[in-house]
Amino acid sequence: MIIEHPLLGPRDAAEFTYLGDARLIDRPDWQSETAAKDFFEYGYLRDNPAGWHQELWFHEAGDRSWLVITRNTITHEISKVELARDVARSRGRSK
Amino acid sequence: MRYSGFKVLKEALTGHKGWTPAWRDPEPQAHYDIVIIGGGGHGLATAYYLAKEFQQKRIAVLEKGWIGGGNVGRNTTIIRSNYLLDGNEPFYEFSLKLWEGLEQDFNYNAMISQRGILNLIHSDAQRDAFVRRGNAMLLNGADAELLTTAQIKERYPFLNTEDARFPIKGGLAQHRGGTVRHDAVAWGYARGADSRGVDIIQNCEVTGFRIENGKCLGVETSRGFIGAGKVGCAVAGSSGRLMAKAEMRLPIESHVLQAFVSEGLKPVLPGVITFGAGHFYCSQSDKGGLVFGGDIDGYNSYAQRGNLPVVEDVCEGGMAIFPAFGRARLLRMWGGIMDMSMDGSPIIDKTHIDGLYFNGGWCYGGFKATPASGFCFAHLLARDTPHPTATAYRFDRFEKGLMIDEKGMGNQPNLH
Amino acid sequence: MTQKNRIESGGQIDRSQTHSFTFDGKSYQGHPGDTLASALLANGVRLMGRSFKYHRPRGPLTAGSEEPNALVELRDGARQEPNTRATTTELFDGLVAKSQNRLGSLKFDLLSINDRLSNFLTAGFYYKTFMWPAAFWEKLYEPVIRHAAGLGSLSLKDDPDVYDKGFLHCDLLIIGAGPAGLAAALTAGRAGCDVILADEDFRMGGRLNSETFSLGDASGADWAKAVVAELESLPNVRVMARTTVIGAFDHGIYGAVERVSDHMHTPDTGKPRQILWRIYTKRTVLAAGATERPIAFENNDRPGIMLASALRSYANRFSVTADNCVAIFTNNDDGHRTAADLHAKGIKIAAVVDVRSDAPRNYDYEVLEGQVVDTKGRLGLTFAEVKLANGTMRTLECGALGLSGGWNPNVHLTCHQRGRPIWNEALSAFVPGDHLPAGMTVAGAASGEMSTAGALQSGVQAAQDALDLNDEAPALPQAEDAPVNLKPFWYVEGCSRAWLDQQNDVTVKDVKLSHQEGFRSVEHLKRYTTLGMATDQGKTSNMGGLAIMAELAGKTIPEVGTTIFRPPYTPTAIGVFGGRHRGQDFHPKRLTPSHRWAEEQGAVFVEVGNWMRAQWFPRAGETTWRESVDREVLATRGSVGVCDVTTLGKVDVQGTDAAEFLNKIYCNGFAKLDVGKTRYGLMLREDGIAKDDGTAARLAEDHFVVTTTTANALPVYRHMEFVRQCLFPDMDVQLISTTEAWAQYAVAGPNSRKVLEKIVDQDISNEAFPFMACANITVCGGLRARLFRISFSGELAYEIAVPTAYGDALIRKIMEAGAEYDITPYGTEALGVMRIEKGHAAGNELNGTTTAQNLGMGRMVSKKKDSIGSILSEREGLNRDDDLRQVGIKPVDAGASVPAGAHLMSLTGPIDATHDQGYVTSACYSPCLGHAIALGFLKDGSQRLGERMRLVSPLTKVETEVEIVSPHFIDPEGGRLRA
Repeated sequence: MIIEHPLLGPRDAAEFTYLGDARLIDRPDWQSETAAKDFFEYGYLRDNPAGWHQELWFHEAGDRSWLVITRNTITHEISKVELARDVARSRGRSK
Repeated sequence: MRYSGFKVLKEALTGHKGWTPAWRDPEPQAHYDIVIIGGGGHGLATAYYLAKEFQQKRIAVLEKGWIGGGNVGRNTTIIRSNYLLDGNEPFYEFSLKLWEGLEQDFNYNAMISQRGILNLIHSDAQRDAFVRRGNAMLLNGADAELLTTAQIKERYPFLNTEDARFPIKGGLAQHRGGTVRHDAVAWGYARGADSRGVDIIQNCEVTGFRIENGKCLGVETSRGFIGAGKVGCAVAGSSGRLMAKAEMRLPIESHVLQAFVSEGLKPVLPGVITFGAGHFYCSQSDKGGLVFGGDIDGYNSYAQRGNLPVVEDVCEGGMAIFPAFGRARLLRMWGGIMDMSMDGSPIIDKTHIDGLYFNGGWCYGGFKATPASGFCFAHLLARDTPHPTATAYRFDRFEKGLMIDEKGMGNQPNLH
Repeated sequence: MTQKNRIESGGQIDRSQTHSFTFDGKSYQGHPGDTLASALLANGVRLMGRSFKYHRPRGPLTAGSEEPNALVELRDGARQEPNTRATTTELFDGLVAKSQNRLGSLKFDLLSINDRLSNFLTAGFYYKTFMWPAAFWEKLYEPVIRHAAGLGSLSLKDDPDVYDKGFLHCDLLIIGAGPAGLAAALTAGRAGCDVILADEDFRMGGRLNSETFSLGDASGADWAKAVVAELESLPNVRVMARTTVIGAFDHGIYGAVERVSDHMHTPDTGKPRQILWRIYTKRTVLAAGATERPIAFENNDRPGIMLASALRSYANRFSVTADNCVAIFTNNDDGHRTAADLHAKGIKIAAVVDVRSDAPRNYDYEVLEGQVVDTKGRLGLTFAEVKLANGTMRTLECGALGLSGGWNPNVHLTCHQRGRPIWNEALSAFVPGDHLPAGMTVAGAASGEMSTAGALQSGVQAAQDALDLNDEAPALPQAEDAPVNLKPFWYVEGCSRAWLDQQNDVTVKDVKLSHQEGFRSVEHLKRYTTLGMATDQGKTSNMGGLAIMAELAGKTIPEVGTTIFRPPYTPTAIGVFGGRHRGQDFHPKRLTPSHRWAEEQGAVFVEVGNWMRAQWFPRAGETTWRESVDREVLATRGSVGVCDVTTLGKVDVQGTDAAEFLNKIYCNGFAKLDVGKTRYGLMLREDGIAKDDGTAARLAEDHFVVTTTTANALPVYRHMEFVRQCLFPDMDVQLISTTEAWAQYAVAGPNSRKVLEKIVDQDISNEAFPFMACANITVCGGLRARLFRISFSGELAYEIAVPTAYGDALIRKIMEAGAEYDITPYGTEALGVMRIEKGHAAGNELNGTTTAQNLGMGRMVSKKKDSIGSILSEREGLNRDDDLRQVGIKPVDAGASVPAGAHLMSLTGPIDATHDQGYVTSACYSPCLGHAIALGFLKDGSQRLGERMRLVSPLTKVETEVEIVSPHFIDPEGGRLRA
């Protein structure tokens, strides 16, 4: 596969390490009353869709960016590649 | 019809006119006591044991395509019970024992061949871990033997021990492990189940569950609604897709695993061998093909095909330990979809929906589990209690912190 | 006998040169340009192999890579290569080949007894028998089957050749250099695009080399030659002969194998045998041509019976005829083309048998309406029995019979991404479907465009479409534009032992039986009968099987469907996928900065991941590793030792939020750590299990240096970047892995300070630089360095780091400075012994399933802050009263060993899994204590110190009484650390 790195252009997927669903960005609030349940769902349950999937890849043999890649799990087509940091900020993560 | 050498002889002399279909092709009925979704190895085994061991009646297996078309039809055929953890080892040993009597039990020659499996050891730490595992196997009543490099070399004289980047420091063998003709497992269970009255319905895709007041009443299918007292799901790589129809999210991701076979060769490999410092394992089929594989591609996929980097990675591992395989040719590569769970171990449990049962999360190791998975799932469906060897395979183990993590990789499915 | 079947003139062989070769020990001659098959045929050899199951005598069916029959063991010694297609093997001088899969000689194969027993050995017979008695399968039945099965044999010697891998990039990849591919290449090449043109054959041109018709004024072969010459002159075109594109992978990446040296006796010095190319292309034109298919009838598998197009290839390209009297059996016009070409070369045409009533007539030879219903000839065809349309029988005497059942477009690569082909009624064949791999266009016969003119035109069009070219198209020559006239005809009515899959011996009868037994899905058919599972993967066999299935099921062929096309397109050497990653080069070797020095000391090295680390440093007179290791431990604890610890991961953490960041990744607190201090840190995974441990040294308010274990250097760094970028993107913190940037040595032992004082420029007295101190310092009068007063051994110890380039100098300097204290270099074994003596957890304890509690560090997990893993570490299953706790273990009998991997049982009671209470993780002999010691996990272990237990290792047949003790065997109060 080829990943269109937003900073570096097209790169071979073999340069990257895969983590999983980009929902891993949405780490729950540790102080919430439902933290135990929230962290269980965050840590263990997945949509696992057959189709478009937002997922995290790490450019391990490259610039060490974490990327959020929108990829189709049936065709492997990639429609979008973003810096995970930008996505995280857009989802309200900060410090 | 009972298969036997005598029957083959008789038919050969009378023009093979007496053979009948190995299973019927029935129309679905309006209602069954138990409906199994998934006509793969686990689903068919479940139906077989439900009928044979648990005296259940009115059972159907629904298959969206052709039976045996999932992972039971595209794996690397290995059976073994060389597990470490308490939650796993008794179950896999139960499975191996079922394998040992299976052909006589279901009257089908699945070519179960206990030619042994050998895990190579390349470091002291790995030896420590394998000794612990070998001891766990013995303590659970399975067999295990620690082999020296010299003993291994005797069995595999062409193994690269002279110029190895990661020296071979021994191996953990399980002599009762081996290989099975994988398609025949599906066919044997199908035939056995069919002859006990199970309706095997192919080309019947489940499109939804009918759930009312927290109870599952049956399934919507491409061939209409089929009512059921209980519904058991055993669809491996499709688990996420299927259970989403019941609005369930699972501790499972679907990943592609590739496997490979070479052209037919005269016998070279006596047993199954796995490389401990790379991603490679290999056996040789009765037909002569080297059957080998390695790691999953590592990304979520339902595509049943993979990419070149893993092909290369696997062959590099092969060449590292068997440089003589360089001139054998890879004939075919394929991919199957693995239901990779969050701790690398399976789930056989009720769901929170009354009447809906789940069997999945087999990762890339479901084939060897087929008999016990079917038996234990049948036990659960028939009696509503888990089989003693499968008590750990619960849904709530993640929430409770009771993971069964053989590899110690945690909640990242592609690392198991 | 010299090349009796060589046609007098013509062909694309070089008659001026002669190659000598042997087949089954007998010498023959051929010419450059021959394949092994064409050269054997020229010498009158039709019998080249035996079939898989019945061991039927077989000759070549084809003249190409789809060959199922003529497979040989090529070359000898370590280069022996089983299952090599004689039809694609380029002849070279000195070639050696042997027939395979036979017991006895090729002519008298004892296993041909199977053919007599064929009535018993029908499809799937083995599933129904060999079950009793159960034990006989492995002992008797299976060994017999295995030895009869298989095709060729491996030498089992290490492959002596080298394989390479490479990357190529282009605008347009053209697969196949027949008329369509050449026209596409010309179009794109002249337009200046980057083009790769790949063809599996050693001669570009595809079918043009095998046909007699002309393109414009030139013969097809000459036209192809001229086009190839032009393409080769274009700097933007790469012409790759002997290159098979094996698979279409994601995003326009294709795998291709170039056979650099297979046409030579041995590869030239420095050259690989083959190269695996990963071709990254924007667009692709698949112009892979088509494959002719045979017709099934009784005994249609004898040597001499082959595809009509193959006969034509042998005659036109290789100037060879399989026999001087040839018959043709066809259902379409193409079969007649073969007859005409052969006749023109003076070869006798016994007759053309055509199933059609409207077959073209010819007055040079006989055309019969009818069907070939049977053949004769034990080791090669002698007679064909023909049933004429009027019902009468006719016997044709012939030594070769050409079969033409129509052509199948080579759609394989269009289906590698799960696309399915669609049915074309006019061709009675599957053609590419709508779901092609992204960027692929199909041209020529592969797309169903069967005429030469059509292929040329579609090639141009495909290139123009693919690249959006508006340039003028190259002028195309006049070419043959005959329509396809074909009457679908798959097998002769009533036949039974009529071969579909010639290699696997699958006959019409088997397909019928499969249907009778309910194996009616095309996949069930394949798996039950093995149809299409041979080395040609069904290229010559599948269509016949599908047609019969369709008829039996009352369906159409497209309703029956195809099985899945999978890579590789043709079988590919495993070696080429491995490339140079074998032997010592399997994985790269990482060497530590002191490696050269350690080699000089005679160190024994050990693989630690990809690192090579010194394991121990043997001295003269030491006969066992234990002697060396014991000495290193005692010397270190007695005076001073030094060890290269560069391999430990190092991450620089900088920024105003650095401390806050460490608070997130470690379960214990770092915010209040003073500058100049180091702290042990335990890192959890988000699931609450221990991930790694190490130290974090605060060199400045906004600067930490984090260390990780050697094994986890990469995963921990990845994890830290995840936390930084994905979870806390606004923290002011930057990370960089500096593992390779700093050479780091542990200097340990009561005299370590004295040694370092001679090197370090600053005051490192206990007061100035106490336990757990850290600082940026200089050494040797100004070289920047880092010093940490941390200890893995339990002794007074330091870790000192300098830029890697100075690593070799520093170790030599340390040794020099330490000489007066007999400083002793120690390796990973002594390191391991000392950490077990001290009770420090390492990889064996941090095994991915243990919690902080298990490790005896439960209280470290701060509940006052948010850190990765803290919430899920609270789950009930991870906090049970009887949880495993790390303990020390020592034998009751001081002479006994306590092996790692052993399990802990009570002194009395059964020894089994249900009574298992724990296990040993790490063990060693402690030279300080004079007996074996171990670390392990025991249920509720911290409450059981002093208890006696049984340590059992049934695997290694050990059973020892042990005492559970504190894991801190040495200096439990830590006085030495602070000295």
